[in-house]
Amino acid sequence: MSTILKTDRITMRFGGVTAVNELKLDIREHQIVALIGPNGAGKTTAFNMITGVYTPTSGDVMYTLPSGEAIKITGKRPSDIAKMGIARTFQNIRLFKDLSVYENVMIAKHLHLQSGFMSAALHLPWYNKEQKAMEQDVKELLQKVDLWDVREEKASSLPYGQQRRLEIVRALATGPRVLLLDEPAAGMNPKETEELTEFIRRIRDEYDLTIFMIEHHMDLVMEISDWIYVLDFGMEIAQGTPEEIQNNSRVIEAYLGVEEDA
Amino acid sequence: MDFFSEFFQAITNMSATSLAQHVVNGVSLGSLYALIAIGYTMVYGILLMINFAHGDIVMMACYFAFFGITVFHIPWYFTFIGVIIATALLGAVIERTAYRPLRDAPKNSVLISAIGASFLLENLANYLFSGRPLRFPDIPLLSSNIEVGDVQIQAICIVIPIMTFLSLWLLLHIVNHTKIGMAMRAVSKDYEIARVMGINIDRVISITFIIGSALAAIGAFMWGVRYPGITPMLGVMPGLKCFIAAVIGGIGNIKGAVIGGFILGLGEVFIVAFFPQLSGYRDAFAFIVLIIILFYKPTGLLGEKTTEKV
Repeated sequence: MSTILKTDRITMRFGGVTAVNELKLDIREHQIVALIGPNGAGKTTAFNMITGVYTPTSGDVMYTLPSGEAIKITGKRPSDIAKMGIARTFQNIRLFKDLSVYENVMIAKHLHLQSGFMSAALHLPWYNKEQKAMEQDVKELLQKVDLWDVREEKASSLPYGQQRRLEIVRALATGPRVLLLDEPAAGMNPKETEELTEFIRRIRDEYDLTIFMIEHHMDLVMEISDWIYVLDFGMEIAQGTPEEIQNNSRVIEAYLGVEEDA
Repeated sequence: MDFFSEFFQAITNMSATSLAQHVVNGVSLGSLYALIAIGYTMVYGILLMINFAHGDIVMMACYFAFFGITVFHIPWYFTFIGVIIATALLGAVIERTAYRPLRDAPKNSVLISAIGASFLLENLANYLFSGRPLRFPDIPLLSSNIEVGDVQIQAICIVIPIMTFLSLWLLLHIVNHTKIGMAMRAVSKDYEIARVMGINIDRVISITFIIGSALAAIGAFMWGVRYPGITPMLGVMPGLKCFIAAVIGGIGNIKGAVIGGFILGLGEVFIVAFFPQLSGYRDAFAFIVLIIILFYKPTGLLGEKTTEKV
């Protein structure tokens, strides 16, 4: 399997603090890769560097286009990186709270319209056609993830588990190849976590995604990850398959030993 | 002094003609306030900052019109279009040079920069065009009087509300039904999400300034026809009042800004009409209304309850 996303020794310093130190990630196509580590280990900072929210102090982020060409995306705008096919969710749910479920997804989809302002203003035929196709896409997407019945509800009125799912769906609507999930199971009970595990697998297969996620729920991580990176104080301390990580003494010492705090 | 008895006396003494006159004046002033207030509210909605230079953009637009018609003798309708374009560009340039470099800076820095941009424009105008008042070019078609029954109405007073509603209709259409409008709404709700969904925020912000400034230009042109004295400080008072109009309506809300504009415009004209002895307090009216409304509704008439983002 070929690499789709790679970081080449990315480092992020904030003043005197090194949040991430020479991190090397190699994320393979169609895999589910997890990034774990104690709070403050620099996981979200790594996400922010990949999605262009931060520009790394040093090092590069490389992304492989569908053509097979690997390009440097360091320092590009978050919006440009999103357009290339890297979508993300946030640690704390960030929906457009007072918009409906439908509108939340529609906004993400809408930005991929080709027609410009004039054709929209004049309701030219190709604009209407494109609009129709888009509405159909959103409908299919919402039906697939069982959110069609609540499409008129305000995003903030959904139960917690559904809000999480909606956030993922909204990211999906941008048509990504790589999906970055920042603690998707945060605050979920075991049953919701189990449903989420299934859901992540399902969208990976149905939309042919590569998934890179930060997560604290070890049962979720160990169950679905193909590969795991462990971060502590901004440095990688281990990587491997779930079995390897579970038996790694440095990981147990740095992270699993304090799991009750997580 | 018993205000109420005087108030009723004023109303009963007022003929239908002069009442109609005041309504027309109030509506046209309110329309102008509304057009300019939209610029404040849009920028606030997207950047959460107050563009203090907005009033001075109005002032610059008046000078552009003066140069177009009086100095270069361009027909007024071409000048009108030219003024809109030039003012929109000016707005975009101010955003690019004074606000964009501070995108990640604390909000206060941007606010100070806005005050700086305002002073810069005022002093630049003072330096280039001198502080001596200039006369806004006379456009007979717009400034002539029309007689409707007994009422004498300046043509511009009819044009102003029509132009305002056309502009407002177009603006709401853009905001609600186009891709860029949707991007604007997304950015104003949460710009961090907006950008990871593929929205180029810098572009959205530029377009917001362009639209806000274009509306200000339309307002400025009509303002000039109605109140023809142009000075470098021309934008200060209308700027303040339109900012207040935006706050009264609920800052960030376009319809709110329009309502706020009309409350101030009509209120101001009626205060002077009913209590001529209070005409010296005309400008204070806006501030009093502001205090009263904020006292009862701190987020403005149509303002959303703000929840702190976590």
